[in-house]
Parts: sequence; structure tokens; C-alpha cells
Amino acid sequence: MALLRVTSPHGHGQQSTSQVMSQVLLATLPGVAALTWFFGPGTLINIIFGGLMALAMEYVALAIRGRDPRPYLKDCSVLVTSTLLCIALPPYSSWWLLTVGMFSAVILGKHLFGGLGYNPFNPAMVGYVVLLISFPLQMSTWAAPAGWSGAPGLGEALTALLQPAAYDAITLATPLDVLKHNQGLLLDDLYRESASFGQWAGLGWEWVNLGFLLGGGWLLYRRVFTWHAPLAMLATLGIAAAVGFDDGSSQSGGSPIFHWLSGATMFGAFFIITDPVSSATSLRGKLIFGALAGLLVYLIRVAGNYPDAIAFAVLIVNFAAPLIDQYTQPQTYGHGDRGEKS
Amino acid sequence: MIEVHAIKGGIHPPEEKALSNPGHVINCPMPPRIILPLNQHIGAAAEPLVAVGQQVLGGECLATAKGLVSANVHAPTSGVIASIDDHPVPHASGLSNCCIELIPDGEDKWKALSGTDDYRQATPADLVSTVRSAGISGMGGAGFPTAVKLMASDRTPINTLIINGTECEPYITADDTLMQVDPAGIIEGAEILAFIVGAERILFAVEDNKPEAAAALTRAVAESASPVSREVVTFPTKYPSGGEKQLIEILTGQQVPSGKLPADLGIVCQNTGTAVAVRDAVVAGKPLTHRIVTLTGRALTKPANYRVPLGTPIEFLLSLAGYQAEQSSRLVHGGPMMGFAIDDPRIPVIKTTNCVLAPTEQEFPSAPSAQACIRCGHCAEACPASLLPQQLYWYARARDQEQLERHNLFDCIECGACAWVCPSHIPLVQYYRAAKGFIQDSREEKIRSERSQARFEARQARVDREAQAREAKRAARKAAAQAKATQDSEEDPIQAAVARAKARKSEHEVTD
Repeated sequence: MALLRVTSPHGHGQQSTSQVMSQVLLATLPGVAALTWFFGPGTLINIIFGGLMALAMEYVALAIRGRDPRPYLKDCSVLVTSTLLCIALPPYSSWWLLTVGMFSAVILGKHLFGGLGYNPFNPAMVGYVVLLISFPLQMSTWAAPAGWSGAPGLGEALTALLQPAAYDAITLATPLDVLKHNQGLLLDDLYRESASFGQWAGLGWEWVNLGFLLGGGWLLYRRVFTWHAPLAMLATLGIAAAVGFDDGSSQSGGSPIFHWLSGATMFGAFFIITDPVSSATSLRGKLIFGALAGLLVYLIRVAGNYPDAIAFAVLIVNFAAPLIDQYTQPQTYGHGDRGEKS
Repeated sequence: MIEVHAIKGGIHPPEEKALSNPGHVINCPMPPRIILPLNQHIGAAAEPLVAVGQQVLGGECLATAKGLVSANVHAPTSGVIASIDDHPVPHASGLSNCCIELIPDGEDKWKALSGTDDYRQATPADLVSTVRSAGISGMGGAGFPTAVKLMASDRTPINTLIINGTECEPYITADDTLMQVDPAGIIEGAEILAFIVGAERILFAVEDNKPEAAAALTRAVAESASPVSREVVTFPTKYPSGGEKQLIEILTGQQVPSGKLPADLGIVCQNTGTAVAVRDAVVAGKPLTHRIVTLTGRALTKPANYRVPLGTPIEFLLSLAGYQAEQSSRLVHGGPMMGFAIDDPRIPVIKTTNCVLAPTEQEFPSAPSAQACIRCGHCAEACPASLLPQQLYWYARARDQEQLERHNLFDCIECGACAWVCPSHIPLVQYYRAAKGFIQDSREEKIRSERSQARFEARQARVDREAQAREAKRAARKAAAQAKATQDSEEDPIQAAVARAKARKSEHEVTD
């Protein structure tokens, strides 16, 4: 009789890493659907093309590092990275923009640090920031939220991907851009006059954010992550926006609702700062981590040079995560003051 | 009614308790040979009192406790001692150890046993020595000699006795069964234990997935009178509520301070099986020779609870329970969460054997290869000790002793909740055990090197002292010689020489 020599525990729960990753991918669906509805098929093409490239790069990187690529490709982690980056990129990005972004995310952001689990920075945001700093023009050309009917067709979208020079984009400044360059208009007037605004925030953007909120809520329900970081980020951003709202004057930084539903807020809160690898460890640490991210998002949006701020804010708090960990270790059983004799 | 408190972390693995039909116990027939390890408890191995070939009676003491933390070993039946030699024993290491082999003669003749009619007339110290001579050690899993635990009340007054019938490990129903078939025995044993330690209240702790056991205990409490307050406390099922520290927090809201004992909080915790063993020892004078063992898992056709003579080889039990070797993926001594794998089914049942688990491959599939830690933090949510398992894993891999100690590695109770939830299938507990091992080694190494340094310094000091003494002696001798020389020549030696020369010269002049 051949009996196994294994150590306890002998059973195992149902969850696996690839399940966690697949759930995250699944949860992006509502947000991606909203992006597609308002901006056309650009984001979908980003995701498919970027995903294939990311898989290829992951394979090559693992092969060079002498690892068996199969289990790593199956864990879907690289698809999560590529999908998140592709969602953040402007729809109808060109093939070279996607390639440089994927290379920065997968090779520089992930494998140079030791692969899955060892990256101190969120790889998708590394890719995004490299592109944003290197190609500001391409990165700030967002398609107009023309709706599915007004959006470029599939053929045009493929042209944009493969022959970017031949693609003539219809673009529109994003609401965060408009607000940043607002000179002298009251918020109410700005909402009325600018084509970029919708009901509560940006046209289309509010629905994209609600989509990511829905997906994030589902991940919370599935207990893929805890509420601490997202809630802390949204609360801090809301409070900061309320402080800087200035009653909707021409100097206003925008209302809390505007900030919650603009740019990549919900996407960042539920899909980016919840990346466990690069965030703080303990629950208290996650609260601080999220709050810090929220504050930075507001400050960079209002006082920085770039209209949106999620990527920079996330990379900066990634830096802070080990320090936060150092000071937020939870109290171990038997180390508190609950050991007094009654 | 006392208020129960929630504990941090914990998990809800499938319970699988119904599989072994709790509440019914089958008497195990006498096996053809009995293997009694000399060390069935935490502490020093017992010393054999018998010789090979000797005829012994049931209940006879075969090996005596050596030192304070040790326990006697008794014969579970009459027979002949066949050997005293190394034999595979139940231990996570899989190593062999010294065992007494007894061939039962089938007559099951017992030595005369005499109990105490009224234990309240005895002194607690006498009762502790009765418990000690009965060879009782904790039957819940750890196997710490019960008498030693009871002596803790000498140092600090005890107010609460907890009888632990939590049995939070999946699959195991040995305590559940005992609570259903002999609640009166548990209560009587608890009364004796409370009398020994001077406790004012007894809490019987049962998880709420064992309503029959809780009801049986509640009935038995109602039917008996007692000078102390007693309560059966049920609380939500969650693993590892039955860990001593966790249970104390559930029942009292207090945490046992790190590095201290429950006794420091005025609490003593004993397992239900231990309580019955104490009752048997005190009331009937019967030593610990049998226990209830759950045989379960889907590789058995007849899983059940058996009342088993200690020393029964596990392969004998497996054949009783209809073991299907070809379907079994592994054999586990204890429960699925904290038990260890058996690699030799000849090992015997010992005082801590609460369960033998024979799962199929479908029940407990072999672990897939571990993937990278993605720091998802599910382990930290599951940890009942509020540790950060993902950080400990990190530091264990890096062998970073300082950080491991800063993150309280030694407060890990190795319950396995973290590894159970880990989506990357990392054998976390194994890392922590290894890390504890190397830290222990390095601490011992440090003590050894400190000792050898102290020895070296002592020697150096002695050598210096001797050298100094020699030097002092030499200096003294020199001083003495000088003093003598000075004394000898009070006058100036040169003057004396001149005088002598002059004298000689004048002599010459005279003779010339």
C-alpha cells in the first residue's frame, strides 16, 4: 500500500487563483459594456489585441526565466493585467501604443520584478503611466461618446488599430479636461454649455463608472477583496471634493458625484487599488492605502497637470504600501490587553 | 446563561460528521496483538516495569512515568509481554519508537481495582496522584499529562473549568458520541476535576452542530445536583473554535496572553474524554486503557465510532471498518485539518487517537502544485490568531528570523485555516512549522554558543587568575630574597670589601 506523506491540512477550499482572476475579468463586463455602448468597439478591440499580445509576452518571459509557462498562463493573471490596461487606454489605440503598453506592463512591471506576486507596482498602471508620459497626444485623444450608432464601425476600428495614420478620429475633451480648463463659468453653466457633460458627470462616463461600480459590487459580494480600500478611496475623494466644491463656482473642483462618476474613479476603486499584490496587507493598512489614493486622486485632478489621476495616485500609494504595512500589523491573539484576570 | 463571544477568523469546511453515525459506539474486539508506545503523551517516555515473557493482567501498570511531565502506561487486557522494542508509532515524523508488545491471552483477566467511594473526602493532592497513576493525558489531541495541568491550580486560584466538547475538526465524532452515550460520566468527571482545582463553575462547551450532545449534557446536568454552578454552552460552528485559546475567548471574551497558560486567567480546560477517564480512575480505580476512536472517510464501507483498547494496530481497526485500500488516497491520524498522514498502518491507537480518516481521492484530492502568492489576504481573514499568514510566508521563505518573530510566528496554532483558503494552494502551515524549527534551532545554537563563550571566558579568567597568582608568588619570592639580602648586609658591601682588602694588605705587609 503506497500511502502519501503529506502535512495538514488535508482538505482544501474550493477557490483557486485562476478562479479569482476569472471573476475579476467577468466583473469588468458591465463597465466594458458601457464603454462599448458609448464609445464604440474600440475598447473591445484593445482588450482582444492587447490580451493576445500579453499572453505572448508572458509566455516568452516565462520561457526566458526558465519556468514552465503552462500553469502561469492558466492562472489568467496576465489577462487581468492586459484587460485592465486596455480598459484604461483610449479606445481605437494603435497597435504600437498597445505593444509598448503591454511590454511596459508585463515585462517591466511584472517579470523584471520576479513575476506574479512579486511586483511592487500595479503592472497595468506601470504600462499606463509609461504611455501617458511618452505619448501624451495619443493618450489624451478620447473618442466622442457618440453612442453605438455614431461610433466608428468595426472596419474603421481595425484601421485605427493597424493603420493609425489613416484613421480620422472624432474626439471630444473628457469632462475632467473641460473642468480643468474651465475659466470663469459657473458649474451649472458649464454643464449646460459643454457637450461633454451628461446628467451627473460626463456624458457616457457616468454610466461607465456605474458599470464598474456594479462589477466591483459583485466582486465584493463574492468576497474577492474586502470593502476597506475601495470605500476608503471613494469616501476620501468624496470628502475632498465636498471641501473643494465651493458651491459650484467657477473655481469649483467639481462635486463629489462628479468625481465619483468621472474618469476612472470606480474602475480604479474596485479594479486597480484592490490589486492585492501591490497594496497594503492588513485591513487597517488597506483603509489607509485607499484613503491616501483617494486624496491623491483629488489633488492631482484639481492641482496637477493631468486631467485624470488614478494611475499616478496608485503608483504613489504602491510606493507607500510597505511603509503602511510596517505600522499597521494587526494585534495578534494574546498580545492585547484582553488577558486580564477577571 | 453566559454570553458567547465571536472569535476572529475561522473557516467553515464541510463538516461530514454524519458519515460516522455519531451517538453510537461499537465495541472493538480484542486484536491479536497490542502495541503500547512508551510515549503517548507530551513529555518524557515512560520506563518499562515488565520484562519480555512476563504474564500481565488487565489494568496492570506496564511502564511508569519518568519525571514530572510523563504518564504511566497500562495493559488494556491480560496476556504475555512479547517484546519491548522499536515499532512504528503515531507521530508526524513517521519514526519508530520504543513500544511494549502484548499478546492478549483472550481471557481478559483484570487486576483488582479499587476506587474512592466519596472523592470529596480525599484531598485534591491525593486525587491528582490518582489521575497521575491512571496514566491520563489530554485526549483531545495534544496529549499533555492531565495531572500536570491540574497542578497548575497550586500556583494560581482557578475559578472556571471548561469541558471542551467542541470537536470543531470536520469528520470527527468521538467526543460527540461520548457526550451522547455517557453524559453522566462526563459530568461526574467534571465535578471531580472542579473539586481538584477548586473551580466555582463548570462550562460544558459544545458547537451548535451537535444538538443531541448538548441536549444529553443539559439533561444530565438537570438530573444531578452539584455544589458548583454548571452550564452547557452552545455556540456557532466554526473551525477552529475548539482550540483551547479560541474556546476560552468564545466563553469568556478573554485572550490567553501570549506565552502564558489558561491557568493564569483562572481557567482550566479539559476534553470530554479526559473527564470520563478521570471519573473512571477516581471512582472505579480504573486506569486509562480504552478510548473512543472515529473511523471515517469514504474509503471505509462501515465508518463508525469504536471503543478501542489502546495499542490496537490501526490496520486491525481498518479491516473492521471495511477499508478499501485501492480507493483510499491517504490515511490520516486525527482530523483533516490538523491530523498527520499515516505511512504505516501498523501503528497503534494511542491516548490521543481521536480519529482515523481514510478519504478517497475525490474527498481530498492531491494538492495541485503551489502557485505564486498573490497576497489576496484570504489567509489573514481566516487566521484565528490575527496573524498575517501572507507576510509570515514571505519571511519564512526568506528565513528572516527577526521579522518572523516580530510577526509573532510562535502564536501560530497551526490550525491550517490559512492553507485551506489559499487560492494558490500554498502549504502555508508547512512553511510555518519549518520556520519554527529553524528558529528553535538557531535559538538553541545561540544558547550553546553563549554557554561555550561563558565556559571560554571562565577558563580565561581562571588561567589569568593562576598566572596572576604565580606572578604574585614570584614577586613575593623576589621581594623576600631582596629583603633577606638587604638584611644580610647592613653595612655597605663596598666599604666592607675595601676593609677586607685593606686588612689582607696589612697582613701581607706584616708577613713580608
